[in-house]
Amino acid sequence: MTETKHAAAPPDVGAALPAIELAGVAKEYRAHGETVAAVRGLDLEIAQGEFFSLLGPSGCGKTTTLRIIAGFEEPTAGRVYLHGADVTGVPANKRDVNMVFQSYALFPHMSVWDNVAFGLRRRRVPKEEIRARVGEMLETVDLTGREKRRPAELSGGQQQRVALARALVNRPRALLLDEPLGALDQKLRQAMQVELKRIQREVGITFVYVTHDQGEALTMSDRIAVMNDGRVEQLGTPREIYERPATRFVAGFIGTSNLLAGEVERIGDGRAVISYGPDGRIEVPLRPALPAAPGRRLELTVRPEKITIGTERPGGALCAVRGTVTEVVYLGTSTNYNVSTATGADVVVFTQNATSADHVAARGDTVWLSWEPRHSYAMGAAQ
Amino acid sequence: MAGPARRRLAPYLMILPGALWMLAFFLLPLALMVSLSLQTGNLVDGFRQTFHWQNYTDGLSIYGDKFARSLWYALLATLACAVLAYPAAYWIAMHGGRHKSTYLFLVLLPYFVPFVLRIVSWKLVLTDHGPVLGPLRDHGLLPADLHVLDTGFAVVSGLAYNFLPFMVLPVYVALERIDPRVVEAAYDLYASRFQAFRHVILPLSLPGVFAGVIMTFVPMSADYVNAEVLGGPRNTMIGNVIQSEYFANSAYPLASALSFTLMAILLVGIFIYARALGTRDVLEAARR
Repeated sequence: MTETKHAAAPPDVGAALPAIELAGVAKEYRAHGETVAAVRGLDLEIAQGEFFSLLGPSGCGKTTTLRIIAGFEEPTAGRVYLHGADVTGVPANKRDVNMVFQSYALFPHMSVWDNVAFGLRRRRVPKEEIRARVGEMLETVDLTGREKRRPAELSGGQQQRVALARALVNRPRALLLDEPLGALDQKLRQAMQVELKRIQREVGITFVYVTHDQGEALTMSDRIAVMNDGRVEQLGTPREIYERPATRFVAGFIGTSNLLAGEVERIGDGRAVISYGPDGRIEVPLRPALPAAPGRRLELTVRPEKITIGTERPGGALCAVRGTVTEVVYLGTSTNYNVSTATGADVVVFTQNATSADHVAARGDTVWLSWEPRHSYAMGAAQ
Repeated sequence: MAGPARRRLAPYLMILPGALWMLAFFLLPLALMVSLSLQTGNLVDGFRQTFHWQNYTDGLSIYGDKFARSLWYALLATLACAVLAYPAAYWIAMHGGRHKSTYLFLVLLPYFVPFVLRIVSWKLVLTDHGPVLGPLRDHGLLPADLHVLDTGFAVVSGLAYNFLPFMVLPVYVALERIDPRVVEAAYDLYASRFQAFRHVILPLSLPGVFAGVIMTFVPMSADYVNAEVLGGPRNTMIGNVIQSEYFANSAYPLASALSFTLMAILLVGIFIYARALGTRDVLEAARR
């Protein structure tokens, strides 16, 4: 049975409890006599009303984590709490969360209306109330007038909205979404991202969103947990994760990151100064707990859009690195350059085509890349 | 030949062998049999086309009870097949894991034994002093006056036994095709195991049951070997009548008329069945 974790707390502070809490959750599978860990000791707290994303490559454990929250999988270790109540071992049909499946998993033999009413009927909600709530929910997802259609008679985007309505109509404590936009084309996906965010604000329900698409996670989430190999690599707001990636993996997975490494020449004024190739110089703001000392190699990242490309060595306090243009990709609103630096690192540069003086370099040109020191982000000691 | 012309002709060329086959070995004999069913005469004087429709009315009035019994036996055996096959197909599809094809092979295994041998074995099982009923009777576990062989029960059980795989396979295919995520969605939406079965799995598997019913009921109602071997003289089906009229009495027109009557009954019956419980409407009915 469920058991309240914070028994001493008065019931009216229930809203302050995390909507979902995972404590030391692990999941192992046995396959061909070998034990494979899908999730390794996960601790997460997802706040009420939060749009929370689990982001990572396939096989990182994000879907398993979602299925553990839903109750389709039991963790091999750890506890799952919904609003403070321990639901570990409680089957899916007795958990107050609902799922939007990757392929929607709509009931193909039922109309849109019956799909959406399914959960309410199972819970024996009075007929009159079912009618009101289903009608209202179909209006929210803009499907009024299609009640009698079968899922097969709907477009992908419409099926997606039925799946959403079918889950949300039950007013669950949390909505779990497993790559819900994966099957839609690019344009529809972007429209649905905005739509999902609007619906989430409107209903105020906690969303746990599983995706491998970093753009999707950055656009919609309040917080993101970047997962890799069954662990959370970094947990933070989209801005934190993008601007200050905690690990090499996060830096590589989120957006395009340029990884540079060099030997620290000196440390001063809260910054490490690295000499990079002939005439090149990089300054990196230091963070506490970062092992940097003169003579040690340090790895850092710079986002492509922070870099300016030019033919002259920039002066002043700017970081400057020399390199050779290996590729120029014209994208209409912007141009991407691939530059190979003197020490062999590949650096990507995005420039906006804002002025007509846009064509600064061609393939084979020697160029100078420069950026403000604050945009250098130290990752840690380089191998 | 030009490319586009060849492409337009290709589908017709592809169905040509099959169409010729059907024409030569199905439609032509069928037409000859229709003609035969309206003839009069006998083996000695020969048969003449007289459009003797009475063959049909005679057949129905003489053997009406045999038609009724055939359909009744086939109905009972079809129900038995459905009841036996559904759980088996369900288990193989949902819990068969890596060995699904092995289990399906086991279902089909009796089919590697010749038809007659299978029925004779079944007779051995049902016979009064056989290796199954004999010891039970000797130990007083069965009443001494209980006979299974030469009863309607024996015929129905033989039919069900012989046609079981034709129910298992289509039901299995239908169950196997159900997306496990759809079943999970039912659980996610608070359905109990029974409700998930009743509202999702069962309705989605009904097209398989529908196909299985047709694949078992039709050949069962025309079967005569089971009734011949297991039913004795008092439980004959319309198949036995047709067989004896044709081969024993050489009453070719009457046998043909009986065959077409059975065919008509089955076609009309299936048409009504399909209209009343056609795939989509089966689902519709099961939805609530």
